Amino acid sequence: MHNADTAQRLGAEGFQPSLVNGPVAINRNSLGEADVFGDEPKISAREVNFYYGSKRALNGINIDFRPRRVTAIIGPSGCGKSTFIRLLNRMNELVPGSRLEGEILLDGLDILSPACDAAELRKRVGMVFQKPNPFPKTVFENIAYGLEVNGVTDKHLIEEKVVDSLKKAALWDEIKDRLNDSALGLSGGQQQRLCIARCLAVSPEVILFDEPCASLDPISTAKIEELILTLKKEYTIVIVTHNMQQAARVSDITAFFLMGDLIETGRTDNIFKAPRDKRTEDYITGRFG
Amino acid sequence: MKRRDIVQKLGFSALFACMAANVLFLGGIIFFIAARGLGAINWAFLTQAPRDSMTAGGVAPAIVGTFYLTLGAIIFALPLGVACAIYLTEYSPKGWIVNLLRISINNLAGVPSVVFGLFGLTVFVKYAGFGVSIVSGSLTLGILALPVIISASQEALVAVPQSIREASLALGASQWETIRKVVLPAALPGILTGVILSIGRVAGETAPILFTAAAFYVRGYPDSPFSEVMALPYHIYALMTEGTHPEEQTAIAYGSSLLLLGLVLSVSMVAIYIRGRQRKTYNA
Repeated sequence: MHNADTAQRLGAEGFQPSLVNGPVAINRNSLGEADVFGDEPKISAREVNFYYGSKRALNGINIDFRPRRVTAIIGPSGCGKSTFIRLLNRMNELVPGSRLEGEILLDGLDILSPACDAAELRKRVGMVFQKPNPFPKTVFENIAYGLEVNGVTDKHLIEEKVVDSLKKAALWDEIKDRLNDSALGLSGGQQQRLCIARCLAVSPEVILFDEPCASLDPISTAKIEELILTLKKEYTIVIVTHNMQQAARVSDITAFFLMGDLIETGRTDNIFKAPRDKRTEDYITGRFG
Repeated sequence: MKRRDIVQKLGFSALFACMAANVLFLGGIIFFIAARGLGAINWAFLTQAPRDSMTAGGVAPAIVGTFYLTLGAIIFALPLGVACAIYLTEYSPKGWIVNLLRISINNLAGVPSVVFGLFGLTVFVKYAGFGVSIVSGSLTLGILALPVIISASQEALVAVPQSIREASLALGASQWETIRKVVLPAALPGILTGVILSIGRVAGETAPILFTAAAFYVRGYPDSPFSEVMALPYHIYALMTEGTHPEEQTAIAYGSSLLLLGLVLSVSMVAIYIRGRQRKTYNA
């Protein structure tokens, strides 16, 4: 309890009012141990509260996400981890009656300010969902879609990007002969990698994975995890997972959520070997959840 | 045999009897119409105009009239109905107003068609000054088709998984782009099914065109949207209630009925085929 309070308090002290037009100074100690990674955070959440109607789902969340690192968000069902990740690309504003307080900064700029366009934001902060959700279109059209809605009309460029994205998503060799087949004919694991390729095609800076392996078999899961480790060389990655082994395998930093609170954040090895908070320890040793 | 086994047997036998009665009625309609109408149908029947005060010749002008009326109704009702369905399912804030609208639209489908006919007479024929014409008839039939098209479109739109809307938005597409490029194409087969079913309904309606478009006999084919026309359903009605040669007219009425039945059934078949293909796309 004591440690969690410390982390929360330090987070609060690290909070600085942001200027819409410029980067803000971030207190580098706000995350305790995670700071050994040193880089400026790509995304920072400051005192984020979120409500579904009158029900409070997140309580004063403070967390930083570092570039070229994988941050895993773990916690039991209903702890707010999916709710939180969906704030980072403003997907939750589609929920009627929801309300958000606090600040979420992307490269120091508040993504919640009226000056920030949701579509522009989502281009920079891509998302891969819990269940593979390819469009009922061909493989090629699925990946080209993001480019087309973002105004790319050059056919050669689109083709190039489609091939490139499929290669990056480790899918090219498997389906290069099926580009004009329906994406719905692919296996679940292939569909999920197609969704990753679709996300990569619009050149995001951050990729949010919301339990990307929840509906996949172990082999497909291993492929996705391998892919995440490759992608982190270029992207800021946030992954929500209820699978602690997965968090341990793919992430550099782990954050533990419980009932809308961020209990603890730290280097993944530390969180799993020497959690500071009793509740984190109980969760990762399987005493609840 | 135990008592509950006997009860079960009786129960299922009763259900079977009800089913058989249904098949009998439906089969009976098709059988009697076919038996009496088949003799009247030949190439001349399909291609010629009526002759000798409705006792000979064909029903070609009525086929043409029904085609124009149906086409006009769909041209009017399709964009309007689909747009309304898109607004209600994709855009309008959810709440009691939308629910009220939905209930009203569903109730509109239950309004007797003769009431639509009177409405058409007052509004299109008299007030708008279109006269008894294809335009008035098409608009009246279009209003009749609207609830069917709206309901079918709403169902088709709701059936599109929310997850692919999210996928589109998450790629930086606007809501408008998402609807136009992802949701509508996915819903199209369902919408088309509704349209085709409403074509069947519209083509077979008599009451809405009774005062707004149809005539017992028109010389030649319609030459403008403001012409009066002959139409198959009304032609059947007229043959059975007017004229001076009931015997000959009845034979032609059965022939026309068979033709109309065939048209409506084949249109429904197309709808079933398209719906089947849509299911395949989703479950591949």
